[in-house]
Amino acid sequence: MASASGIGGSDGTVQVCGDRRPVARYGLRFVALGYLLVLLAAPVAMVFYRAFQHGLGPIWSALTTSEARSAIEVTLIVAISAVVLNTIFGVGTALLLVRRRFPGRHLLDVLVDIPQAVSPIVVGLALILVYGKFGFFGSWIERNGIKLIFSLPGMVLATAFVSLPLVVRSVAPVLAELGDEQEQAARTLGASSWQTFRRITLPSIRDALAYGVVLSLARSLGEYGAVTVVSGHVLGKTLTLTLFIDERLENFDQPAAYSAAVLLAIIAMGSLLISRRLRTRSRSVA
Amino acid sequence: MSLPPNSTIDDASGPGAHARSASPTSDPPAPSWWAQRSGENSRGGTSLGLGLVTLYLSFLVLIPLGAVVWKSQSNGWSTFWHQVTTPEAWDALKLTLTISAGVALFNLVMGTIIAWVLVRDDFPGKGAVELFIDLPFALPTIVAGVVLLSLYGPRSPAHVNIAFTRTAITVALLFVTLPFVVRTVQPVLIELDRDMEAASASLGASPFLIARRIILPNLVPAMLTGTGLAFARAIGEFGSVSLLSGNLPFHTEVSAVNIYNQIQSDNPVGAAAQSTVLLVIAFIVLFALDRLKRWGVHRG
Amino acid sequence: MSIQVRHVTKRFAQFTALDDVSVDIPTGSLTALLGPSGSGKSTLLRVIAGLDSADAGTVSIEGSDATHLPPQRREVGFVFQHYAPFKHMTVYDNIAFGLTVRKAGKAETKSKVNELLELVHLEKFQTRYPAQLSGGQRQRMALARALAVEPRVLLLDEPFGALDAQVRKELRTWLRRLHDEMHVTTVIVTHDQEEAMEVADKIVVLYDGRVQQVGHPHDVYEHPANEWVMSFLGPVTHFGSLLVRPHDLDLAHEPSDGALPATVVRVTRLGFQTVVDLDLQGGPIYAQLAREATDRLTLEPGTLVYVSHARGDVLPAAPAAAADSLL
Repeated sequence: MASASGIGGSDGTVQVCGDRRPVARYGLRFVALGYLLVLLAAPVAMVFYRAFQHGLGPIWSALTTSEARSAIEVTLIVAISAVVLNTIFGVGTALLLVRRRFPGRHLLDVLVDIPQAVSPIVVGLALILVYGKFGFFGSWIERNGIKLIFSLPGMVLATAFVSLPLVVRSVAPVLAELGDEQEQAARTLGASSWQTFRRITLPSIRDALAYGVVLSLARSLGEYGAVTVVSGHVLGKTLTLTLFIDERLENFDQPAAYSAAVLLAIIAMGSLLISRRLRTRSRSVA
Repeated sequence: MSLPPNSTIDDASGPGAHARSASPTSDPPAPSWWAQRSGENSRGGTSLGLGLVTLYLSFLVLIPLGAVVWKSQSNGWSTFWHQVTTPEAWDALKLTLTISAGVALFNLVMGTIIAWVLVRDDFPGKGAVELFIDLPFALPTIVAGVVLLSLYGPRSPAHVNIAFTRTAITVALLFVTLPFVVRTVQPVLIELDRDMEAASASLGASPFLIARRIILPNLVPAMLTGTGLAFARAIGEFGSVSLLSGNLPFHTEVSAVNIYNQIQSDNPVGAAAQSTVLLVIAFIVLFALDRLKRWGVHRG
Repeated sequence: MSIQVRHVTKRFAQFTALDDVSVDIPTGSLTALLGPSGSGKSTLLRVIAGLDSADAGTVSIEGSDATHLPPQRREVGFVFQHYAPFKHMTVYDNIAFGLTVRKAGKAETKSKVNELLELVHLEKFQTRYPAQLSGGQRQRMALARALAVEPRVLLLDEPFGALDAQVRKELRTWLRRLHDEMHVTTVIVTHDQEEAMEVADKIVVLYDGRVQQVGHPHDVYEHPANEWVMSFLGPVTHFGSLLVRPHDLDLAHEPSDGALPATVVRVTRLGFQTVVDLDLQGGPIYAQLAREATDRLTLEPGTLVYVSHARGDVLPAAPAAAADSLL
């Protein structure tokens, strides 16, 4: 039986399909890897090649122009602001969804995921319609001299919108899995709600939270569609790195565009590595 | 990077998607009397937190989206319909939906195959593949465009130039929706009860039959979820597509691009109308899938 | 009187966990809340602790009404069934937690924690994390943690349930000794009647959300208030229309007053006692006798003997109960 069906291989893995049919196994592998090569690996390799073709020098100079530097600055400000907002929201919402019961809990659960289904262009439009000069709150905003759309605050809103669910969805499952017994124990020992949160809850979700923050940050750094709608596209003022790439391409400055693209690609890869590490760590604690 | 809805931290690798139909918050965490306790001592805290969260959600998400829908019919429903069916807009919509559907289905097949290979096969470098499957999630859409352009654009060293063609749209959408099905199917595959396969093998089923009648049916909910998410993502994609396809009206212009143009040409009603259509389609697809999965769960 | 529970009722949706329960816990005693799962014993404990609130009734701790106080203010120490250790803190920090939260001084905390570490024999483990401890060690840590804040009452929710038999026995003895030393009013919830009888001064038997009987372990065993208590606390068998303890039966070859004839079905020797299965008037019963008693008799399957009820309480058996309950 064991050899006929390939069950109980010596390395402990069970290979049902493929043990007797190496053709099937290699065939599938070829198809999968081939697809990934053509669609993913080769283009990414090409971009790196193009960017580093002439060494680090051109990249460095392209990224240290004042426009590039301001784009980096703007990107960081917008992304970090959005992440801070969504982290507070995320932890609070996760706590509410997991530890409390209230009417509409399921609704809240569903609403949190809405940003996933919305096209980034629509996000931009939606924000303009409400916070733009002629939007719902536009006149009130005008009167108070605040400028949201076409300036940084609007971009923060757009970025916060698209990365909204990330922290919630990283923290909530871990909170659920941990259960609230530790928190109950803390209360019987005299801890107040805040002390319990700070000393018990927060440390136990530390890795999951970090994971959510990294995801959120990576997403926020890379947002393009929503930000392009609400930004004024003012070079040196309201361009994020993604918008910078766009602007450089329009001005036929390929080297600069590629340099910025590669920078963002490296950040994306780095965030994948870091978040992987954090995910496995948060699993082992729970 | 985007996580599909209801993701839970799981044994699947990557910031991934999951096929679990119940979100972690859908059931009380423990026997009923423990869950009851949570409301006991901080009703006030709950209300305050809930109020703040609702406020944030409303001002950031709900009111703006509501504004889109409201704006779309602010000049009446006939205008709404007119805006959606202008030749250019209508063409863009048809193009968007057909290509997105095709891409979603193609990546359904490829995604399942990739998930299978990642779970059941082993080869040097598998770890790297595992990790970078999620790259399309992590990469900014415009960078995805640049990436694809470098190899398949005008200056392609392989002399493959798909810029300004519909193929470009297809390739771009394949790229950005790649991880969805992989990440929903993978965890299900990992947790699949091997004994089922062993039992059917002992009863004489060939590996192919086992795959078809034992394994695949168990993967269907996850496959549906992944495909739905891929589709919803594809119809709204902007950055990569706009870079690669050249946005030629009536030829390579997708809805998201057309909406953008309407915004730029100061036609908010037109933009809102098309946006509403996209929103409705996305919600219908996701809702239908959720229903289908629930029905499947009852049967299974 | 350390704790007074009066007319407490608690419902969870359709299920009534506690139904008009009133209990007194004397100061300095070790009281066991004994009952099967679903009897309400854990719920009662949690209501006393303030982790759940009653739908009706009052809880007083040392004379003052605590019904509406949150757990933080009741000064109760609570030990959970699965210990609820603070996984991200060392053993030392776990035990010190209550003191840290009260902003006690570092030196004061250190001396108190060391004292407790000695008490529970975990001095060598203070820098370890709960994951690195055995079940029994975690339990002792949980106990030390609860004692650190010098609670008025110590509440233990099935503290030994998750441990294996040997460790359970050891910890039981240890807990009893600890209580004798410290004299903290202790309430322990358990479903194990042997445990309750071994450890407690007073047993409150709960079933179906209601108090069935309260008393000394001896009283509850020897003089059960009803059939249910009798069968839960120890072995029972039918003697005619009565419920008796099998070890209260005597067997003889000669008839005597009140003795009923029965046929031996099976004899099982278990070390110091022998179990004799008999057929009495068509229904099965069994007797538990000391070895010497059976040595004096010839007990082969088929032998006729006379069964008499020699001592102990009897209760009328419910007519529906035809078989033995070997509880």
